[in-house]
Amino acid sequence: MRAGILRSPSPLPGFGLSFGIMMTVLSIVVLLPIAALLGRGLMIGPADLWDMLNSRRIWSALTLSFRAALIASLFNLVFGLMLAWVLVRYRFWGRRFIDAAVDLPFALPTAVAGIALTALYAPNGVFGQALAPLGLQVAYTEVGIWVALVFIGLPFVVRTVQPVIEELEPDLEEVSATLGARRIYTLRRVILPTLTPALLTGFALALARSVGEYGSVIFIAGNIPNLTEIAPLLIVIRLEEYNYDAAAAIGIAMLVISFAMLLAINAIQVWSRRRIGNV
Amino acid sequence: MSDIALTRPVPVTSEPPLARYLLIGFAVVFVTLFLFAPLLTVFAEALRQGWAGALDALRLPDAQAAIRMTLTIAAIAVPINAAFGIAAAWAITKFDFRGKAFLITLIDLPFSVSPVVAGLMLVLLFGANSTLGGWLIANDMPIVFAFPGILLATLFITFPFVAREIIPVMMEQGRAEEEAALTLGASGWRTFFTVTLPNIRWALLYGVLLCNARAMGEFGAVAVVSGKIRGETATMPTMIEMFYNEYLSVAAFTLAAVLAMLALLTLLLKSLLEWRHADLLAATRRH
Repeated sequence: MRAGILRSPSPLPGFGLSFGIMMTVLSIVVLLPIAALLGRGLMIGPADLWDMLNSRRIWSALTLSFRAALIASLFNLVFGLMLAWVLVRYRFWGRRFIDAAVDLPFALPTAVAGIALTALYAPNGVFGQALAPLGLQVAYTEVGIWVALVFIGLPFVVRTVQPVIEELEPDLEEVSATLGARRIYTLRRVILPTLTPALLTGFALALARSVGEYGSVIFIAGNIPNLTEIAPLLIVIRLEEYNYDAAAAIGIAMLVISFAMLLAINAIQVWSRRRIGNV
Repeated sequence: MSDIALTRPVPVTSEPPLARYLLIGFAVVFVTLFLFAPLLTVFAEALRQGWAGALDALRLPDAQAAIRMTLTIAAIAVPINAAFGIAAAWAITKFDFRGKAFLITLIDLPFSVSPVVAGLMLVLLFGANSTLGGWLIANDMPIVFAFPGILLATLFITFPFVAREIIPVMMEQGRAEEEAALTLGASGWRTFFTVTLPNIRWALLYGVLLCNARAMGEFGAVAVVSGKIRGETATMPTMIEMFYNEYLSVAAFTLAAVLAMLALLTLLLKSLLEWRHADLLAATRRH
């Protein structure tokens, strides 16, 4: 087995043991469950799968999950870039504090974020009361889902772009300025193209996470079928009805979306490595 | 130099002062509205009926059972994922074998799978409706709606955390040091404990920290798999949902505040690690 898998010999011991542990845990925890879902899909058959997916309620849920994730990730793309730029380039009181806080959505459990955002934006909450005179209702509408997904996705963009901004060579900006470019032109034509691969990666990571997000969304969404019901919630509802085939059908649709986005992220990284040598 | 600075207060590689102040102001307001406000709300809502109300909520039997459950799950899931992460990093970075790139993609896969879909997979695999699940239940070893299911769901969600942090560090360090130790007569295990482990300890700690935060806070996957049976399979996040849906707001937010304090502690330790040992962490110089 050792000779069959190894490409070149290594003087170090422990390949059999470490490879064995890795494959055992990987198989039990990840591969077997995925195989169970895909196997269930095969047993149902493509025609029946399509029939089960092809209902207004499921299409609404899938498009809502994707649309809300797209809107929130675009928002994070713009504001995450600005935040990362401020954190790297400017020195001000409280910078480290804000820098550490960017990771809060990674560390705070999604259910906690969900009930906190709902309490804030509910009609009797602090933000809800402030927005009501403007005719804006956030909680229990699609806007609430956007807010939750902005919270969840923000660190993905900031943390992907931040290291690239840190490593920007000041020479390029100086050359651009010496050649008579105004600052805004330098930012747009010199800096932004260098950051594009990292921005796209961060955007794709935020999108991938947001599409499947459940905990932070269900509290603030209101969960009205066809309007504010996200796809993962529909899976939970089907499971509670013991309708495993219908749940599996939605699950497979979401898995396909996840795989597609994983491929897209890899493609972006290959493309940018060829273009500028790093991500 | 100072003359130049006086005539040109703005270096060519920065923005005009007004734009700078506006951007800093924007960053502060943005982070306050989107990050600090929700965090403060958790504590404000928990203390709505004073400290006594919050302490009473923590004394509820359901809350205590949920806290015990979450601590137990994390105490088992985190070491398993740490052991897996070390084994995977050793195999991937010290040896050259076929299909390595594909394997790394597989390890990252749980990051992009919805937690609810992860729970669904486990229900389809081990639930009463499947052959395997039916046999397990008949033999009194239920997995779904029981402890092992919650553990498996947590393992799936936190799967890549440790491996992801130590693989880049071990990749960069190569295997020359280990080879030297072996040439000097050290055994394989001794080489690992005296050479490899000290080299990766900060990255390992960093990964364990993130893994633990996620393990204690996982909601979607656990909600699907556990069946949310109070006092039996409810974890802190699923208990928060049940309290919240029963309009027991103070109880829900008190449990949430406990988890939020854990999140703050995680962030504090993470920041300390990043400031002190930035050179030994992969995350801080990830391109």
